[in-house]
Amino acid sequence: MQWETVIGLEVHVQLATRSKIFSGASTAFGAAPNSQACAVDLGMPGVLPVLNETAVAMAVQFGLAIHAEIPEVSVFDRKNYFYPDLPKGYQTSQMYHPVVGPGEVEIALDDGATKRIRVHHAHLEEDAGKSLHEDFHGMTGVDLNRAGTPLLEIVSEPDMRSSSEAAAYLKAIHSIVTYLGISDGNMAEGSMRCDVNVSVRPVGQEAFGTRAEIKNVNSFRFVERAIAFELERQIELLEDGGTVIQETRLFDPDRDETRSMRTKEQANDYRYFPCPDLLPVVLDRAYVDHLRDTLPELPADKRTRFENVLGLSAYDAGVLSASRDMAEYFERVKDTCGDAKQAANWVQGELAGALNREGRQIQDSPITAETLGQLISRVMDDTINGKAAKQVFQELWNGEGESADEVIEAKGLKQVTDTGAIEAMIDQVIADSPAQVAQYRDAEPDKRGKMIGYFVGQVMKASRGTANPQQVNRVLKDKLDALC
Amino acid sequence: MHDKTLTELAAGLAAGEFSSRELTQTLLARIERLDGQLNCLITVTPEQALASADNADAARARGDTARLNGLPLAIKDLFCTEGVKTSAGSRMLDNFVAPYDATVVEKLKAAGTVSLGKTNMDEFAMGSSNENSFYGPVKNPWDPTAVPGGSSGGSAAAVAAGLVPAAMGTDTGGSIRQPAAFCGITGLKPTYGRVSRYGIIAYASSLDQAGPMARTAEDCAHLLGAIAGHDLRDSTSVARGVPNYTEELDAPLSGLKIGLPKEYFGDGLDSEVESAVREAVNVYESLGATVREVSLPHTHYAIPAYYVIAPAEASSNLSRYDGVRFGHRCDAPADLIDLYKRSRAEGFGEEVKRRILIGTHTLSEGFFDAYYKKAQQVRRLIRQDFLDAFEEVDVLMGPTSPTPAFDLGANKDPVSMYLQDIYTIAVNLAGIPGISVPAGFVGDRPVGLQILGTHFAESRLLNVAHQFQQATDWHKRRPAIAEETH
Amino acid sequence: MAIDKTDVLRAAHLARLGLNDDEARHYQDDLSRILAMVDQLQGLNTEGVAPLAHPLDATQRLRADEVTETDRREQFQRCAPVVENGLYLVPRVVE
Repeated sequence: MQWETVIGLEVHVQLATRSKIFSGASTAFGAAPNSQACAVDLGMPGVLPVLNETAVAMAVQFGLAIHAEIPEVSVFDRKNYFYPDLPKGYQTSQMYHPVVGPGEVEIALDDGATKRIRVHHAHLEEDAGKSLHEDFHGMTGVDLNRAGTPLLEIVSEPDMRSSSEAAAYLKAIHSIVTYLGISDGNMAEGSMRCDVNVSVRPVGQEAFGTRAEIKNVNSFRFVERAIAFELERQIELLEDGGTVIQETRLFDPDRDETRSMRTKEQANDYRYFPCPDLLPVVLDRAYVDHLRDTLPELPADKRTRFENVLGLSAYDAGVLSASRDMAEYFERVKDTCGDAKQAANWVQGELAGALNREGRQIQDSPITAETLGQLISRVMDDTINGKAAKQVFQELWNGEGESADEVIEAKGLKQVTDTGAIEAMIDQVIADSPAQVAQYRDAEPDKRGKMIGYFVGQVMKASRGTANPQQVNRVLKDKLDALC
Repeated sequence: MHDKTLTELAAGLAAGEFSSRELTQTLLARIERLDGQLNCLITVTPEQALASADNADAARARGDTARLNGLPLAIKDLFCTEGVKTSAGSRMLDNFVAPYDATVVEKLKAAGTVSLGKTNMDEFAMGSSNENSFYGPVKNPWDPTAVPGGSSGGSAAAVAAGLVPAAMGTDTGGSIRQPAAFCGITGLKPTYGRVSRYGIIAYASSLDQAGPMARTAEDCAHLLGAIAGHDLRDSTSVARGVPNYTEELDAPLSGLKIGLPKEYFGDGLDSEVESAVREAVNVYESLGATVREVSLPHTHYAIPAYYVIAPAEASSNLSRYDGVRFGHRCDAPADLIDLYKRSRAEGFGEEVKRRILIGTHTLSEGFFDAYYKKAQQVRRLIRQDFLDAFEEVDVLMGPTSPTPAFDLGANKDPVSMYLQDIYTIAVNLAGIPGISVPAGFVGDRPVGLQILGTHFAESRLLNVAHQFQQATDWHKRRPAIAEETH
Repeated sequence: MAIDKTDVLRAAHLARLGLNDDEARHYQDDLSRILAMVDQLQGLNTEGVAPLAHPLDATQRLRADEVTETDRREQFQRCAPVVENGLYLVPRVVE
């Protein structure tokens, strides 16, 4: 049987506010345990929540970025359950009236096409603390520093049909939130976390199959791997005549599998009801319009502009618009050198390679966009050749020299274009290579083109790389052919 | 000194007749001597009280003339007090020393008042008799076989017995007004949102409101002025200026339109209580007020609606008591579930468990619409009843409670206990202010007259209550225990 | 709506309240009578009435995103039953 995959994602994004969603405690990552858990975060008796304006603004900005409805009124509800990392015994969330209504996210598919994934809604809620399972005499330690960090939970419709679509969707969300600057998107630190709903159905069937919810899928790679495993599991189960049960499963990246979170618990009953300590949040139109006016250009728009206006390939446009830092760097390189294609080649070639080797992010590049732009200009105006440019890049990367011009000057890499000087070098090389000249002369004319490489190499060596290779090639050919 | 009003004590302090230290010492001695019989206080804080009194005296010597400076009072043990045990009347918090002050406590400190200690109460403010306290029941100073009312029973009894001139209470369904009535004192429940709830241990968040309990409406006016106001830490507190509540106290009542809700004079009302209340209304007529009957047609739905909404909120509010970060923790828990279940089973008393169970059940899947949503719809109808009535009249009057204080142990059945709050509960659902003033006796047990106003009409209520107290002397009657001088 | 012992035990479990059999029976009786009283609500027609969550028609005030709290772990943990290395300890949580 042919199976179709149906995937929906719930993405939790930690919002980059300074303070928590309902308290004035810091959200900074990595502090000593419980040093950033204030009385409100700890759920101490009598304390009360007050909503952080920036958390609301960030949620609305996200909503606007995905062209979602922004309802005038949203309401916080309590989701009641007991867990050690949930201090109050309830999570303050939005069940019935979320801050962001239905919207959509455009994703780029492998073949360059795009697809729209519908977002059901996005709501604000508070993060829980962390349970630390290392040994405290057989006990678990609870750190509530993270408790109360604002989360935006983005719930998609089941619109994805493959693991790569799911990964592309997650990447699209990542780039939107980082473009907006509403999250650092750091998946390793848990700033972005993802639960995946997966089901399969026979191709052509309209009704959805029973889904499993996979928790703890916290990297782009894991999304693909978890889905791949889960699909195989479900299809195997169904083809063996079994049924998929609706359950929560945990992805174990070490074993590359999902497993059932079997608990003795009966189905949860969260007893949602409106939080009586918080009042309805009313967003007036002027406020929403103001936020709309201050939105930056978003990844999908940028990708389109890179492709249509700058003339980049779909692939280049996709890569260069994927993160705001990358896009901004690229655009500054382009503005300095004046050539988008050259800028794209360098940013994705030499620069990306060097960053990868050292595991650095583009914002930590030792070479500024303006410096790289100048280097490219020097290639374009024939001041240096491509080989020398790579050397200049390496010198700059190593911190030897402030600007491309400085390195070119200091290392004497300026291209030699003086015909007399080049001819003298060529004459010398021909004189020093009688055997090779003889071979050249004896060869069939159509084989000679390949043989010229030897002479070019010798000349370039003699010029310490500064000769213009095209020029060398041309003059050499003339002189050798004259000997034939 | 112990039987004077705050206003009289303030005058004595201002005139240098006695110092705050002397006053504080006198009252601490009375508490020491008499509270064994009454059980009004869970915690007495003599050192802190004397230190505060000395500060107040020093401030006065420097020329501080703040109205409440140096005046002693007591605080219901539901208000967090930094460095002082804050128990909520529960075993759960028997070991809890609050690391912060409630906003009300902060404000009272800033006003220069001297707290003598924390008063007894029904556990987590759930009760109408003070019999639900982990620390044992409070006795009514008028008759030790009677309850003082609840949940702010310790506060009411302490004021009535002359242990303190005033105390702070909270009122979720009548918990200031009913004990005030049972103990023959004056108690004001302000408009919801008028006084910050920050640092007050929550029972039912959309109903809870703090207020003053004292010997006169005038004293309540001074205290309300000190504790009211917007608090950035409480989202439900109202950003609205605080008037001078004493300014209108002396306004004449001629032309005052009084409504008597016919539903407040029906079945179940003790006939002697009714006589006392009607007599009080006659006094108002003699002061120039006009009286008419009005209707609050949804009155009988108030208790059912309340016993959905309040337990639902409570079941969630009390989930934080899990034995992990503060409060009671059972010995040697076998696992996490055991830790939760045993800590909570041991820490909470019977009535608290009953309300947690009711609230949990009514919020459960499948019941939410039939109970919670329905109760909130009814809540709107109840509020509308009041708003409609206040289109016609300035204030509503009736009994605070259908009976005078009942005997300790008399109401074994929870439902019959709940029905005692028939005249007070709707007020919390509507969020309007109400005050109970002494208006007579049935035998030796006091009767309270309840006066209700529309949202933020506290000045008017205090004026109406004060004028009654200018014309009558019920509020000056003292139980025998308060007559005892030391 | 009638309530049986299973309902009571289910609510007790959700609320993490340990109850023995006798207590469950006792609460079943209490809760049944309370719910019978509450059921008077069903007799009232509330069609088209918007639920009222708060007595005042107020809306949420938003606070500026500023860090106003300092580290008070020591004070806060003074009332904690079991702490170690700044962590609250609970019986091992198995996932």
